[in-house]
Amino acid sequence: MLNWFPEAASSYAGDIDRLFVFITVVVGVFFLLAEAALVFFSLRYRRTEKRKAAYIPARTLRSMAWVLVPCAVILGFDLVIDAVAAPVWNEVKQTLPAADERVRIQGEQWAWRFTYPGPDGLFDTEDDFQLVNEMHVPLDAVVVFELTSKDVLHSLWVPALRLKQDAVPGRMIRGWFKATREGRYEVPCAEICGLGHTLMKAILVVEPPETYREWLRSKTQTAARAEVGHREEQG
Amino acid sequence: MTGAAHEEPTSFLRKYVFSLDHKVIAKQYLFTAISMALVGGLLAYVMRMQLASPGQEVPGYGMVSPAGYNTLMTMHGTIMIFWVAMPLLLAALGNFLIPLMIGAGDMAFPRLNRLSYWTFLLSTVVLISSFFVPGGAAAGGWTTYPPLSGSAALSGGAWGVTLWILAVALEFAAFLMGGINFITTAVNMRAPGMKLFDMPLMVWMQVAASVIFLFSVGPLIAGAVMLLLDRTAGTGFYNPATGGDPILFQHLFWFFGHPEVYVILLPGFGVIAEILPVFSRKPIFGYRMIVYSTIITGILSFMVWAHHQFVAGIDPRLATPFSITTILISVPIAVTTFAFIATLWRGSIEFKTPMLFALGMLGVFLLGGVTGIHNGTPAVDIYVHDTYFVVAHFHYALIPPVFFSFLAAIYFWYPKMFGRMMNEVMGKLHFWLTITFVNVTFLPMFPLGLMGHQRRISNPNFFEALRTPEVERLHDIATIGAIGLLLSQIPFLINFVWSLFRGREAGPNPWRATTLEWATTSPPGHGNFEVAPRVYRGPYEYSVPGRDEDWLPQNVSG
Repeated sequence: MLNWFPEAASSYAGDIDRLFVFITVVVGVFFLLAEAALVFFSLRYRRTEKRKAAYIPARTLRSMAWVLVPCAVILGFDLVIDAVAAPVWNEVKQTLPAADERVRIQGEQWAWRFTYPGPDGLFDTEDDFQLVNEMHVPLDAVVVFELTSKDVLHSLWVPALRLKQDAVPGRMIRGWFKATREGRYEVPCAEICGLGHTLMKAILVVEPPETYREWLRSKTQTAARAEVGHREEQG
Repeated sequence: MTGAAHEEPTSFLRKYVFSLDHKVIAKQYLFTAISMALVGGLLAYVMRMQLASPGQEVPGYGMVSPAGYNTLMTMHGTIMIFWVAMPLLLAALGNFLIPLMIGAGDMAFPRLNRLSYWTFLLSTVVLISSFFVPGGAAAGGWTTYPPLSGSAALSGGAWGVTLWILAVALEFAAFLMGGINFITTAVNMRAPGMKLFDMPLMVWMQVAASVIFLFSVGPLIAGAVMLLLDRTAGTGFYNPATGGDPILFQHLFWFFGHPEVYVILLPGFGVIAEILPVFSRKPIFGYRMIVYSTIITGILSFMVWAHHQFVAGIDPRLATPFSITTILISVPIAVTTFAFIATLWRGSIEFKTPMLFALGMLGVFLLGGVTGIHNGTPAVDIYVHDTYFVVAHFHYALIPPVFFSFLAAIYFWYPKMFGRMMNEVMGKLHFWLTITFVNVTFLPMFPLGLMGHQRRISNPNFFEALRTPEVERLHDIATIGAIGLLLSQIPFLINFVWSLFRGREAGPNPWRATTLEWATTSPPGHGNFEVAPRVYRGPYEYSVPGRDEDWLPQNVSG
């Protein structure tokens, strides 16, 4: 089952995958038992000449126990699942570790726009630069993103990272991930967003820190040159 | 009681078109909804063909554009939920069965009932007409989330969503009238001697579903009115630029939308509860237990809606509380399901077609039920939300009540509706083909989702991760399944029509069943019962010790 999942590429992907397997095993046992009872009773008690059906209306608590006790066990397992699952959610969505890198992500019909703070590390300054449908992050660094949308709902979806978060116009939603495997990953939009929904896709590049720095430098220079050119034109 | 009394009509129009008779109105709903099911099924066929061979012409339809695909999937969902599931399970079965099962002559408000159907038909016409307006029908998903649905500029069409809202509003007006009628009838018009806990479970389930619908629909109507105003009057209820909030709509939609699942599921369970005792000749296991677990399910269903929104941008601290209520609902549902399975224990089971569909319903539903736990767990939902895993899950959860329960009900009550039996051989063929192809269609969608295949895209080949032989193979299998499933309905349709004319005469009680609908002629005449029945006992007295016959009808004294 796990080999159906894309190879895990974030610090929390393993926790989510293990939780999936745990739930599958627990509910799988109940599923198989219930199917087995259904099939077994159907075949075992099929109509024959000799046998008459038993009269079991189950009006007393004692006879209802045949159903209520297994359901109490289910209740117990429900609570176990809740208890096991809550910390994983807490880790992924409710806590925000200290950021190594920051990036603003905006969904729009039909592209992802990424804004980097530039060398000064601050947004809304002159050295910010933007990329469309391409995002670079360093390996093993905590990336904190600020997700917004320009027009309609979108959903940032990186299967390899086990990351999904809707982008909502009028809200800025903070989230984080730590990529743990180098590679190029697809970033589709998972929320229907109009005509071009299928075609909305970015590429996330996870690269070693040195490569990332180099890339950052080249981008900053391009941004600076563009800025200078822009000023000269105006002057 | 006087509300139900009306003269037997003589003209064709009064008898079959503008009828006040609940049985005729039930059939009107039945045939309208079966027609809509064929429309919804054909939309699914086009989608499946596109997904199996993206970019190739679909026989009988043509090329599927991305915009066209959005419309197909939106209208498929809308039609199957609102114009198939609800009219079949509530309107058709509820209308036909409630008065008969409680020994009443008709519904409490026959004229309201007639208005209900005609409002529903009008809503159907409005919905179908939206395919033909400039810009096409609605294309923002059956959930019609704003801002996409909130303005023509963002969604592409000026008319589609507006007509969608209008159609859904009319449809809800129809079901409000129906729901009030169902509840009033069941409460006020039961035959003498029938206490609440003597009602067949189908009546309980219909009433519970109606109550859930009445309580949940208000917020959605408010939400829809605001959406309509956003579209037409330039208000900004869901537009952040003018102080609105898109997520508000999601709360209002799902406050209705999740209880709606139980509005559909409970009547589906009701069908099973009627059929299992008849074909295993045993009382239902734990009648009161099922009633109480149904009530608990209904109450809990109002406390789970935000599990559709774990990653929608709501406060993340809400996720775990909503997850706990969601997963908790598995307990009353398990009580009901296990009680059904326990009913089989030490029975004398006969595999007639209705029984096969009832057993198939349980077998298929179990998988839909347990995968709900995955989706209801927020951390897992981060991954599976909006993927094919969810698509697989809700088809496994909804096809059992909508498809299997409904078909079980038709095979079971057809003799009462039309006075003749359906053909068993064709029925069994229909069952085995259907249950096979349901699984062939929807099982592959679980792995597709786990591979990271998002829903609602028209072409997986656009993504490197999905451009693999495995994905292609799974899509091919699902498409073969869908075509097989559609073709498997041909024996049913032939059987349905053929049996109308050539089926064996049924007689009043062909299944030797105990509930009141079998205590009158098949089909029942105007007013249902020639002699008003009196009720002496509960609905499922089969194989009562010390009697020769293995069934003891509710209306037989002694």
